[in-house]
Amino acid sequence: MIEVDAVIIGGGIVGASAALFLSKAGRRVALLERDFCGSHSSGVNYGGVRRQGRPLSQLPLSQQAHEIWGQLPQLIGIDGEYQRSGHLKLARSLNDLRALQDYAASSQGFGLDLQVLDRRELRTRFPWVGDVAVGASFCPDDGHANPRLVSPAFARAAQRHGAQVHEQCAVSAVEHDGQRFRVSTQNGLELHSPWLLNCAGAWAGSLAAQFDEAVPMHAGHPAMLVTEPLPWVMNASTGVEGGGIYARQVARGNCVLGGGQGFALDGARARPGQHAVIEILRQAVELYPFLEGAQAIRTWSGTEGYLPDRQPVIGHSGTQPGLLHAFGFAGAGFQIGPAVGQALTEIICSGASTTSLDAFSITRFHSISVA
Amino acid sequence: MKSVVVVGAGPAGIRAAQTLVAHGVRPVLLDEAARGGGQIYRRQPANFKRSAVKLYGFEARKAKALHQTIDELREQLDYRPETLVWNAEAGALDTLHEQRAARLEFSRVIVATGATDRVLPVQGWTLPGVYSLGAAQIALKFQGCAIGERVVFAGSGPLLYLVAYQYAKAGANVIAVLDSSPFSAQARALPDLLAQPATLAKGIYYRSWLTAHGIPVHQGATLKRIDGEHRVQSLRWSNSNGEHQLDCDAVAFAHGLRSETQLADLLGCAFAWNPLNRAWLPQRDSAGRSSVAEVYLAGDGAGIMGADAAEMAGERAALALLEDMGHVVAPKRGVQLEQALERIDSFRQGLERAFVFPQNWAADTPDDVMVCRCEEVRAGDIRDVVREGHWEINRVKAHCRVGMGRCQGRMCGAAAAEIIACASQRNVSDIGRLRAQAPIKPLPFGLEVEP
Repeated sequence: MIEVDAVIIGGGIVGASAALFLSKAGRRVALLERDFCGSHSSGVNYGGVRRQGRPLSQLPLSQQAHEIWGQLPQLIGIDGEYQRSGHLKLARSLNDLRALQDYAASSQGFGLDLQVLDRRELRTRFPWVGDVAVGASFCPDDGHANPRLVSPAFARAAQRHGAQVHEQCAVSAVEHDGQRFRVSTQNGLELHSPWLLNCAGAWAGSLAAQFDEAVPMHAGHPAMLVTEPLPWVMNASTGVEGGGIYARQVARGNCVLGGGQGFALDGARARPGQHAVIEILRQAVELYPFLEGAQAIRTWSGTEGYLPDRQPVIGHSGTQPGLLHAFGFAGAGFQIGPAVGQALTEIICSGASTTSLDAFSITRFHSISVA
Repeated sequence: MKSVVVVGAGPAGIRAAQTLVAHGVRPVLLDEAARGGGQIYRRQPANFKRSAVKLYGFEARKAKALHQTIDELREQLDYRPETLVWNAEAGALDTLHEQRAARLEFSRVIVATGATDRVLPVQGWTLPGVYSLGAAQIALKFQGCAIGERVVFAGSGPLLYLVAYQYAKAGANVIAVLDSSPFSAQARALPDLLAQPATLAKGIYYRSWLTAHGIPVHQGATLKRIDGEHRVQSLRWSNSNGEHQLDCDAVAFAHGLRSETQLADLLGCAFAWNPLNRAWLPQRDSAGRSSVAEVYLAGDGAGIMGADAAEMAGERAALALLEDMGHVVAPKRGVQLEQALERIDSFRQGLERAFVFPQNWAADTPDDVMVCRCEEVRAGDIRDVVREGHWEINRVKAHCRVGMGRCQGRMCGAAAAEIIACASQRNVSDIGRLRAQAPIKPLPFGLEVEP
């Protein structure tokens, strides 16, 4: 039997950063991951480290995350290929450009320092963008990183600070005996703790449901692909207003592109699917003409949780004291994840997080009946 | 209308297609190459006029028969050369032909995707002038080119002696043949090899021919490194007598073959560890049925057994497919083929003992040897990741990019697995299997889509 202060279910970037911050605060932590830490959504996402475009309610947390990312090597021991390249959000119509202008106006005061570029300014500063873009909004300090390296490194850093990290350790039962949680795993561990953190990503819904607060979450499978190394061209990570393709180029030259949805292979694995892959290959050349004739060498997807309002659930359970949730990041959890881990740590260590989490309460779904 | 599809027009695929046609089915035959024949019976470009005997030696009769078969079948097949199958999902194959992407729904599919060389890298293997044995053979067979003027052949496997012989016959200066397996292993394997006396005789013939023509053949000889400034200039090898140097301008090397299993993987076939092939292979029954009801496996793509076996396995898989579709097939033929395949299998066991896998390769490979040339990952980079506690091959790939590049691990996967297993002190069967991901080979941006 293992006695700890907090059991964290899910070794993605949210759970692992909670494990790291709690350990640094001197708490005894057990992080349970049924596969390998950071091997699902946290490790196979696009790698955008972006505040621009988030709902305003997320910006305070996202801004905190921005500070944490600035300290990444000190925190996790590697640079994770993190670079503040800037994030360029393209508009394909004047309506889209107006939407970007509106966002820049309403997000003032959150520290994003957005610069709205008209067609001419866009051409001058980012000549590699295709003519299909009529303007853009640029966030100079956003950027990108390598999720395959960063997310597992949070778990390793937590371990170095004393957290118990149990990989390939699926949870088989969770109960609360009135005083504490009792968590059993398939490989025979039993853990007791006053706090339980549900950071199980797309698979978090079943634990929430067990404590009578089912959420209407569905799994999505963003399609992703990467090119062979190409001459270095893209000096910013990009997205498109209204959705579509997003793309970045890593230092060694490979371009990473995402867009569209794949399909689930089984409960844990997903593939991007030929439709999404072909759409990326066809559409990307309009946005990034230099890709014409380049080759895509690999495609992939993952399994991510989406709630109907595309906002995450973060904070206290509405039914079970001691249970904290943090899931449903709708494909945008990589940047904000470390700040969520910090907020959960603040709840446990000082009773409340410094940033309001009201917008993300699970109670917003309590009145909804979930089939 | 869903088609019966055969993927690969080598010995297995052509015989499979022929068998389907003989039973009134008109299959689609997809092949990456411009002309059918596969790698072993690869045909020269249409304007080349060398004779079959000159190109294929003892195998000329088989090569001609196979080429003739596909030529005669052309009208009864939907034959689509120069077509890459890059993905499979939801009962369809995704193809690419002349920059056009298309989907092909299949009712059943025979996967006959063949094999490539198994490469165990040494220092200097990425220098210009270094080829795999199969590539050296294709240069000669297809284009009539030698890879160099003073060539050394190294590694092990039946192809080693065959390619050296073909080069010497074609007039190249073969400096030496360095066989990593010791003579004692070949002597011990003899009883099994006698299961195919004709094939054994050919192997002995090549070997003797080389010796008779003054070409040094060294056994128990390990290729240590290849040197040169801008291209191959010399190499170092060792045996029980110590280390030796040879000057040469080209090297061809490999340690047997490895199956091309990505398509079977994308089709959802269950895989099992195969100790003989030292690889994960799609599971199949003796007739070639995979774990997926509509998918059949034949030829070297499902485990290395050679071209003769591939022809039989192609026919056998097609018969199984026809039976499953409700066609009446002669029951005896299937049994005959399976018995013949079993005999070849025991010969194959012998070959594996004769050309034994170099067990010390991983332990003896220095840190600075490039394992994954696409992503420039060295043995030491892989070992660093293992030292951090990782041992599962997909996880190691995620951390150091080994197998992440253009070839998707088709070239480096086997070597990477050996390094990971050795460094983590596990069996090579206990480190997981590199998951296949589409595209099987690179796909261009700006492709067109068939409506």
